[in-house]
Amino acid sequence: MGTAVVTAPQTSRSRKVVRFWRDGDQIAHLVTLIFAASVFVVTVFLVYELWIHSAPSRAKFGFGFLTGRVWDPVAEQFGALPFIYGTVLTSFIALLISVPLGVGAAIFLSELAPPSLSNACTFLVELLAAVPSVILGLLAIFTLVPIMRQYIEPFLKHTLGDLPLFQGPAYGVGYLTAGLILAIMTFPFIISISREALLAVPREQREAALALGATKWESTWQIVVPYARLGILGSIFLALARALGETMAVTMVIGNDTGIHTSLLSPGYTIAAIIANEFTEATGDIYLSSLVELGLVLFALTMVLNAAAQMLIIATTGKGSKQP
Amino acid sequence: MRKQILLIAMFAAAATMAESAETINAAGATFPAPIYQKWFEAFHKLHPDIQINYQAIGSGGGIRQLSEGTVDFGASDMPMTDEQLSKVTKYKVLHFPTVLGGIVPAYNVPGAASMNFSGETLSGIYLGKIKKWNDPALMKDNPGVKLPNEDITVVHRSDGSGTSFVFSDYLAKVSPEWKSKVGVNASVNWPVGLGGKGNEGVAGLVKQTPFSIGYVELFYALQNKMEYGSMKNAAGSFVKADFNSVSDAAAGAAKNMPADFRVSINNAPGKNSYPISTFTWLLIPDKISDATKKKSIVDFLQFMMTTGQADAQGLSYAPLPKQVVDKEQKQIALIK
Repeated sequence: MGTAVVTAPQTSRSRKVVRFWRDGDQIAHLVTLIFAASVFVVTVFLVYELWIHSAPSRAKFGFGFLTGRVWDPVAEQFGALPFIYGTVLTSFIALLISVPLGVGAAIFLSELAPPSLSNACTFLVELLAAVPSVILGLLAIFTLVPIMRQYIEPFLKHTLGDLPLFQGPAYGVGYLTAGLILAIMTFPFIISISREALLAVPREQREAALALGATKWESTWQIVVPYARLGILGSIFLALARALGETMAVTMVIGNDTGIHTSLLSPGYTIAAIIANEFTEATGDIYLSSLVELGLVLFALTMVLNAAAQMLIIATTGKGSKQP
Repeated sequence: MRKQILLIAMFAAAATMAESAETINAAGATFPAPIYQKWFEAFHKLHPDIQINYQAIGSGGGIRQLSEGTVDFGASDMPMTDEQLSKVTKYKVLHFPTVLGGIVPAYNVPGAASMNFSGETLSGIYLGKIKKWNDPALMKDNPGVKLPNEDITVVHRSDGSGTSFVFSDYLAKVSPEWKSKVGVNASVNWPVGLGGKGNEGVAGLVKQTPFSIGYVELFYALQNKMEYGSMKNAAGSFVKADFNSVSDAAAGAAKNMPADFRVSINNAPGKNSYPISTFTWLLIPDKISDATKKKSIVDFLQFMMTTGQADAQGLSYAPLPKQVVDKEQKQIALIK
């Protein structure tokens, strides 16, 4: 009798455990939770590592690091401003070109093109998205840079040369060329994801618009595109993230100059490019930790720009991230 | 899928190799990596039980890994500084020169066939003080060459590299202004110019940009048939870089060679010495506790100084002069 009283709750508990594990939902819940948490853990660990290893540089330069304009490994004087400027400027140029191009192409491919053409183009776009950046960089050195120097930059100087944006010698390498190569790298992402988002718009939406007397273009532009807005914006965020962090192709065509210039034709520098260029041969402690701090700055910059883009969307649409 | 199988096969092969052979890990400079790979392979054929793995991660990385004791030996295009040496406490680091390289001024000036440069003109160009190709200083060194009235586009390496270290060291030797304003390092704060990544980046910009000048390693200029200028050496004669003139620079510098081989041979004396040349070094610890490992490394050093030197020219490096090899033989005895 006594033993029965003691064992009864045990059996019911073990039965509970068995039922818990036999119930696939909980396991799935746990496993996917761990997977999702790994994203968080990796991010936190990344920031922690960057923070710890940049300690000597943060102690020496403080916030002056962000506004410093000198990068002198010999004198161990380091400032991040030219690189922040170059990163933001080239990414801005890239999006300025790739967003209209990418979204326009996605609209055509999903809404207007015959299916056979659409499929062929989509295949090419995905191929383009998979080209390694070092290949694009090499192609840029040997084809894009000469074209820029001989034709496009002289043309810009000739027509828009009165603006401070298009002055100085035409080297072929510089902010504008780097922005262009980034545009080439980012627009396949925008096309690919935006097209998926547009295709996911329910058929009823289009039919309703057409039934109300809208033309094909009116239904596309006023109904389908706003409906797929979030997917399109997501593709732009992804493109922005890629543009901010892109390294090889940019460093091959930006000219790697540590000055800050107004002219888009001037050579410049980005954060990712200087880290890639100088990390392997950096020897002093301050030098190394300054490069690590640049990594931290790039991380923060990506967060700030993404947040700013989100805010901009909320401000302009008043709806934030809800489906219309 | 095929890629994955290949990868697994490679890992399996690597694992079995590691089991059967004594593995020595090394890391460092990229410039001598091709000849080091060749040497390690040839040495492995002679001694099938010894496998030397070399990671070409750059001179700075090689110095760092050696200091932290994560590799058995390192390699560098720049000698370690006193400060770097003082940080290595477990052992003393010995420098063993292996081969030599030269650095040449490559230019793209349509119509100017073979140009001469001196320390003054080259430093002037890289300081941004000589801005035009028809500058009087350049005209003086190049009688008979038609120099255009065009701006000079200066190109330098953007990535930290032993090449930039040697080049800036040369400019600092010939120009006090360079020494005080810019200094010597694998990366410096360049007063003017565009940065190209790697030899290929500099070469690409120079080839494409009319009226430009850059500097690349001699072997790169030879293999890519680039136009490059002669340099005025310490004895006052203009010398075009080749294997002989680079080796001559080492021989010229050998007389005053410090016992630890940490020496820049830029602007070396000697009538035929090419002035922008450098050794590249292996960095070997003077205490190797593992006896078989020690023997393997010493054997390799012997191989490198004798049989290995014959491979140098085939891969466009200049071989060590005899005086330097003799001196290195004595240093081997210091490895305990």
